[in-house]
Amino acid sequence: MNFILKAWRQKNGNDKGMFVAYSAHDISPDASFLEMLDVLNDELVKKGEEPIAFDHDCREGICGSCGLMINGRAHGPQRGIATCELRMRSFKDGSSIVVEPWRAAAFPVIKDLVVDRSSFDRIMEAGGFISVKTGGSPDANAIPIPKSISEEAMDAAACIGCGACVAACKNSSAMLFVGAKVSHLALLPQGRSERTERVEHMIAQMDEEGFGGCSNTYACEAECPKEISVVHIARLNREYLRAKLV
Amino acid sequence: MTLDSKIPEGPIEKKWDNHRFNLKLVNPANKRKYHIIVVGTGLAGSSAAASLAELGYNITSLCYHESPRRAHSIAAQGGINAPKNYTNDGDSIYRLFYDTVKGGDYRAREANVYRLAQVSGSIIDQCVAQGVPFAREYGGLLDNRSFGGAQVSRTFYARGQTGQQLLLGAYSALCRQINAGTVKFYDRREMLDLVVVDGQARGIIARNLVDGTLEVYPADAVVLATGGYGNTFFLSTMAKASNATAAWRAYKRGAFFANPCFTQIHPTCIPVSGNYQSKLTLMSESLRNDGRIWVPKKKNDTRRAKDIPENERDYYLERLYPSFGNLVPRDVASRRAKEMCDNGYGVGSTGQAVYLDFANAIERNGKEWIKEKYGNLFDIYHEITAEDPYKTPMRIYPAVHYTMGGIWVDYNLMSTVPGLYVLGEANFSDHGANRLGASALMQGLADGYFIIPYTIGDYLASTTFKPVKTDDAAFKDAQADVQKKIEQLISIKGNRTVDDIHRQLGKITWDYVGMARNREGLKRALEEIPKLREEFWQDVKIVGSVESLNNELEKAGRVADFIELGELLAQDALHREESCGGHFREEYQTEEGEAKRDDNNFCNVSAWEFAGEGKKPNLHREQLTFEYVKPSQRSYK
Ligand SMILES: Cc1cc2nc3c(=O)[nH]c(=O)nc-3n(C[C@H](O)[C@H](O)[C@H](O)COP(=O)(O)OP(=O)(O)OC[C@H]3O[C@@H](n4cnc5c(N)ncnc54)[C@H](O)[C@@H]3O)c2cc1C
Ligand code: SF4
Ligand code: FES
Repeated sequence: MNFILKAWRQKNGNDKGMFVAYSAHDISPDASFLEMLDVLNDELVKKGEEPIAFDHDCREGICGSCGLMINGRAHGPQRGIATCELRMRSFKDGSSIVVEPWRAAAFPVIKDLVVDRSSFDRIMEAGGFISVKTGGSPDANAIPIPKSISEEAMDAAACIGCGACVAACKNSSAMLFVGAKVSHLALLPQGRSERTERVEHMIAQMDEEGFGGCSNTYACEAECPKEISVVHIARLNREYLRAKLV
Repeated sequence: MTLDSKIPEGPIEKKWDNHRFNLKLVNPANKRKYHIIVVGTGLAGSSAAASLAELGYNITSLCYHESPRRAHSIAAQGGINAPKNYTNDGDSIYRLFYDTVKGGDYRAREANVYRLAQVSGSIIDQCVAQGVPFAREYGGLLDNRSFGGAQVSRTFYARGQTGQQLLLGAYSALCRQINAGTVKFYDRREMLDLVVVDGQARGIIARNLVDGTLEVYPADAVVLATGGYGNTFFLSTMAKASNATAAWRAYKRGAFFANPCFTQIHPTCIPVSGNYQSKLTLMSESLRNDGRIWVPKKKNDTRRAKDIPENERDYYLERLYPSFGNLVPRDVASRRAKEMCDNGYGVGSTGQAVYLDFANAIERNGKEWIKEKYGNLFDIYHEITAEDPYKTPMRIYPAVHYTMGGIWVDYNLMSTVPGLYVLGEANFSDHGANRLGASALMQGLADGYFIIPYTIGDYLASTTFKPVKTDDAAFKDAQADVQKKIEQLISIKGNRTVDDIHRQLGKITWDYVGMARNREGLKRALEEIPKLREEFWQDVKIVGSVESLNNELEKAGRVADFIELGELLAQDALHREESCGGHFREEYQTEEGEAKRDDNNFCNVSAWEFAGEGKKPNLHREQLTFEYVKPSQRSYK
């Protein structure tokens, strides 16, 4: 297969950046989107040009490193997968494909398609944990947790922290990411004692990082590779309200 | 130098308790004064950094990823072992110990393995307290499943994302400490050298991957938790960036490298499909609980799976190993799959695959049941191959997956460089010649949560530290070395890309040092790898600058080290004239084609000491003794 790739090139955080067109040829339909970029980059290097920088690691949809805006869609046209899982057979032979980094004030571009998502880490540091020390925990079966609850917590905990929800949102809101963590921990009995501080601190940090508010358009849910449900945003809102009331 | 494993005295079940009592303690008020660097934020690194910080030490944590949560541990699928015996099927600490020693083909230290089994129960308690959503039964208690090489159900899991959930647990503990100011975390930093002052590990040199500056981090002790070296083979199930540079730098600064030839080939991976392929995807071994492995009975059978009637299928693992069946250990399952394909029974367009079939399980328990257990794995498979495993059997083939070898450490997890500790997959310790499923997560977290917090204190309390400054000669020299190497790399301006050379290294190592090895092939590898090394240093092409984010430069440094490590791997495989676990030498096999150990000559750890560039490394042997689990021919029949 052959493609015309319009890729965002930006030398560093201060550079203005621009789109540059490349042609990618002889791509196997079974190749992943990132493997297509590998092939193109290999050619660029051979020609002495700088390859297109992008973040990636596991290449199986779990580490959350990869994240590209492909034809205006976070992680590309297919639902429920990350960029690294996207296969070239999902595109029409000969088509042109626009590739951009996540665009959000809280995710500044480092180079080309690589952005800085450490704002997510700072939100987690503000309260995305249960305060237990190593050692001295009670037996794992001491507190039974209904299967339905633990499954729902797992649904939320499946978030890979990729940032597609932010990139997809017109307000660059991080509510789905934050909602997933708050929800995961609030659902479990172990997480209950700190639920008030947790939600307050995480929301405060989220605001400080410059993420926008949520206007319920649900673009986040539609683009989330792990199909995290907006139900968790609703729970986040309830938890926040509850924290303000108590 | 003789290797002292520092195994404590006493009966095996008392060793760790006695040892902990005998270890010196650091006065709580003094802990803050000790500065420890933890390199790596996978399960081993995150758990260690968080636990040490909770104790009061002053911790610096760094990794080359953009966030601690991206570490390769995140990709582990199947589960984590602990002998909780919640299923009442006869499990115990002793049984897990026994299984691990036997599974490792009697090439691990009994005392280490026993301790691992002892602390593993606390890991599950710890993780549940952190909010890790392990799978549960309807009554609300934790669910267990059985995993390769074990006849009891002792594996805890969180769907097919156990590593993710455990790492997010350890990451949350780390976040809490970062927030408390006890850990200073640096992202996108790659350790490129270890700094040794007066024989003690006193810091590291790291490159800031965003702007290219070389940074110097002094400390009183250094902990490496930098993962395994499976990417020496280019194609593996490891994350793309996983590499051996930190360990290799440590080796060159005096840390011995143990058993590099003990590499694990995982039986159930999606087969290679083209030369654009950048990595191989694991289909968790847990699938072997419900999937049945088979090939057609007829050679070169081109019929589709569903057109091959039941009586023309060879469920070869069930046939060869009636008691373990599809659950034989990884090394056995991998080798048998290779054998089937080499003999012409392979399936798929390349003939390099066998079937993993779920039809019976779906018939027995329904599609929903399978979906709940393995849904995400089935989705991954479907996504990659465009085939629906609910309808047609998966095609699988073995791939490089894990490295049992690593930096030699004593019972305290300290390497041969005083003050340098090595945890997780980066060390060689507990799995012998073959690792059982669901025990790497266990080992990484055992090392980080429950072992290093005790043992490092003893070193700190009993050592005198002379103050070091970043402009001391040792730091400046190390920094200059790193600088020189980077400049040399970028100025070669040859013709071959880094990946191109890496692929070639992968081919050499897979062909000659892969699933089956022999003297002739290993000698070939030992001729070809040095040639490739020379070619690399003359002909590699790296574009871009040193002073910015430059993936090609990063990869080049890693590949330079993989090439050297690949050579050591082949050397180790050549010297070990026996077959054991993942190390299968064709010259040494039983009549039935099983690995034939030589306990008289090789019941030892082989630890290699760097002897200088271009010199043959020195071999040191640590003799292994088995007082409890007497070595026997492993049998899974
Ligand atoms: C696909 C897959 C599935 C698996 N499934 C299971 C399973 O079900 N059960 C099981 O028990 N095991 C499993 N394993 C094995 C297990 O996941 C790993 O052995 C384990 O997670 C390794 O953890 P670690 O902490 O030692 O290293 P890693 O998680 O590899 O972390 C290494 C860390 O070191 C950092 N680092 C490395 N080098 C440097 C450097 N030079 N400078 C700075 N930072 C550096 C990295 O950034 C990273 O943070 C699986 C492995 C794979 C590949
Ligand atoms: S909620 Fe979904 S889109 Fe947002 S970070 Fe998590 S996985 Fe990515
Ligand atoms: S590379 Fe890990 S999620 Fe895509």
